[in-house]
Amino acid sequence: MSILINKDTKVITQGITGKTAQFHTEKCLEYANGRNCFVAGVNPKKAGEKIFDIPIFASVKEAKEATGATVSVIYVPPAGAADAIWEAVEADLDLVICITEGIPVRDMLIVRNKMKHKVAAGGKETLLLGPNCPGIITPDELKIGIMPGHIHKKGRVGVVSRSGTLTYEAVAQLTELGLGQSSAVGIGGDPINGLKHLDVMKMFNDDPDTDAVIMIGEIGGTDEVDAAMWCKEHFKKPVVGFIAGVTAPPGKRMGHAGAIISTGAETAEAKLEIMEACGFKVTRNPSEMGKLLKSLL
Amino acid sequence: MKIHEYQAKEVLRKFGIRTPKGGPAFSVEEAMKVAESLGGPVWVVKAQIHAGGRGKGGGVKLARSLDEVRQHASAILGMRLVTHQTGPEGQIVKRLLIEEGADIKHEYYVSVLTDRATQKVAVLASSEGGMEIEEVAAKTPEKILKAFIDPIVGFPDEEAERLARGIGIPDASVPAAVDTLKKLYTCYMETDASLAEINPLILEGDGGIKALDAKFNFDDNALFRHPEIVAYRDLDEEDPDEVEASKYGLSYIALDGNIGCLVNGAGLAMATMDTIKLFGGEPANFLDVGGGATTEKVTAAFKIMLRNPKVKGILVNIFGGIMRCDTIANGVVAAAREVQLNVPLVVRMKGTNEDIGKKILAESGLPIISAETMADAAQKIVAAVSAAH
Repeated sequence: MSILINKDTKVITQGITGKTAQFHTEKCLEYANGRNCFVAGVNPKKAGEKIFDIPIFASVKEAKEATGATVSVIYVPPAGAADAIWEAVEADLDLVICITEGIPVRDMLIVRNKMKHKVAAGGKETLLLGPNCPGIITPDELKIGIMPGHIHKKGRVGVVSRSGTLTYEAVAQLTELGLGQSSAVGIGGDPINGLKHLDVMKMFNDDPDTDAVIMIGEIGGTDEVDAAMWCKEHFKKPVVGFIAGVTAPPGKRMGHAGAIISTGAETAEAKLEIMEACGFKVTRNPSEMGKLLKSLL
Repeated sequence: MKIHEYQAKEVLRKFGIRTPKGGPAFSVEEAMKVAESLGGPVWVVKAQIHAGGRGKGGGVKLARSLDEVRQHASAILGMRLVTHQTGPEGQIVKRLLIEEGADIKHEYYVSVLTDRATQKVAVLASSEGGMEIEEVAAKTPEKILKAFIDPIVGFPDEEAERLARGIGIPDASVPAAVDTLKKLYTCYMETDASLAEINPLILEGDGGIKALDAKFNFDDNALFRHPEIVAYRDLDEEDPDEVEASKYGLSYIALDGNIGCLVNGAGLAMATMDTIKLFGGEPANFLDVGGGATTEKVTAAFKIMLRNPKVKGILVNIFGGIMRCDTIANGVVAAAREVQLNVPLVVRMKGTNEDIGKKILAESGLPIISAETMADAAQKIVAAVSAAH
């Protein structure tokens, strides 16, 4: 098993005709069962056409009705990305994965609150992964996003992280040590996002095919702390933790929109201490994430 | 993006929030013109730099005559203003704000920002105006009242009134304070601000409510729809290297150490800096080259790092995922040649076409030190830098 996606997931690609979307869609199609999973694209101006042999629809709703897809991935440019998320939510998909980087915070605030209102009114809940994230991969089954497929290996370690390349770093270390991954999830570097560390840790906890997890965070916000506090009481599997940004100065945005220290609780050191106190095996040496995990199995 | 106080007050006035009368001045003559048009009898001469703590640093002066306005304007314009936010090097004052004096009965604090944890808009208010909110939060956190606003619902009157009464605004002035709070919220939302702060918000002798000082940050991701905000940008207030880097799509932040780092991805870039520190070195910068590390981008990155005279070595750490290591290796070699690199360079490349990449580096004839892991790379650059001294 795995979390969120597997070889039977049917995926709609929103903004499939853009340059970046085309590049990554091709890689996703080539990976494992991708050819069978990516069943539809959306672009209102190109409805009825095909790209990589995938039919293009005018809306997510139409794409869902025609194909039965339950997941979408978004490559729509920043100015229209929040609307694209909302379109997928209105179509009652199970999961929306937003790759787009640079969405205005206000747009995300509004769409996140609209999503909460929908659920409060009894509507179906759609999970959001991202934005500004690499996506999710279940090795040897399905890759949805921009991560390099070949570094992954099927196995039983879960990986969750805010950062793309740092996730790849952890995955590559595991693979080199012969440890495969159940799923690797990038939750994204933006301050207002969908699934958080906590949500993903809960899923890994419930997944019988995940034996251990590497949880990677960075400065800014308190999501890692929230996850660690919950894990202390409930998580049944070993966790290796790393937080990037011990050397980051306060008040400066370190690349990611969400990677900024505003209060003392948001520093890497503060988070590492709490994670350690909550039973995580933390390391301050990111080259050791894989080895440390192996030592816990 | 940050703006000056006088610009922040222009924004507030656009949204109907009262501020003292005044105007900016770029020279002493302009300062005198503004002062004359205000009429007196009391003026305030305020240095306009983006950093806070200007008053304590001597950048804000009260004048009781036009002569005093001239004296203060002459003294402040061109001064190197050092505050706790500028760092020891300070910031040269190139703009002033000349304002009428205010009749201050009490100073309050109000601000609007986005709360990550609740995914709501937070409105903060405190009876302790005129001091830094961080200080209030540390010493008397109970004196900061908060309202969490759902942007779909908006800012209810009752919530604004709860804050206004809670911070001790007198009954007669509560309607004016509620009006100001709601306008500040509207202003925050409509300008795509990430912080809108009035500190102090004052109660005047006649019961009026006015913004005496204001500070804004704006969401860089939303600037594309706010040309009126972009027009406020003052490049003198920004780090020239960071500005130059942004032209090439590089995310760069200068730090205090002597080992330059060039990395793809923000998280990996921070992790690389941390690893350098772990092995006894000090990173000179944060630099994320982003997705497509072309020769042009890598060359620009090298040039920007090397402008910093403290840099005594460079560490390149690239995880070639979608991007191939051979492409990056060619970029690094071309960049090192073009800038005639004369400090040690350690390159760690991982991922697609790693072997071809390493071969390109080895055969370049350049003294590039190759590393296997991040830790290996950090140890090698720390050793190379200390050996060179």
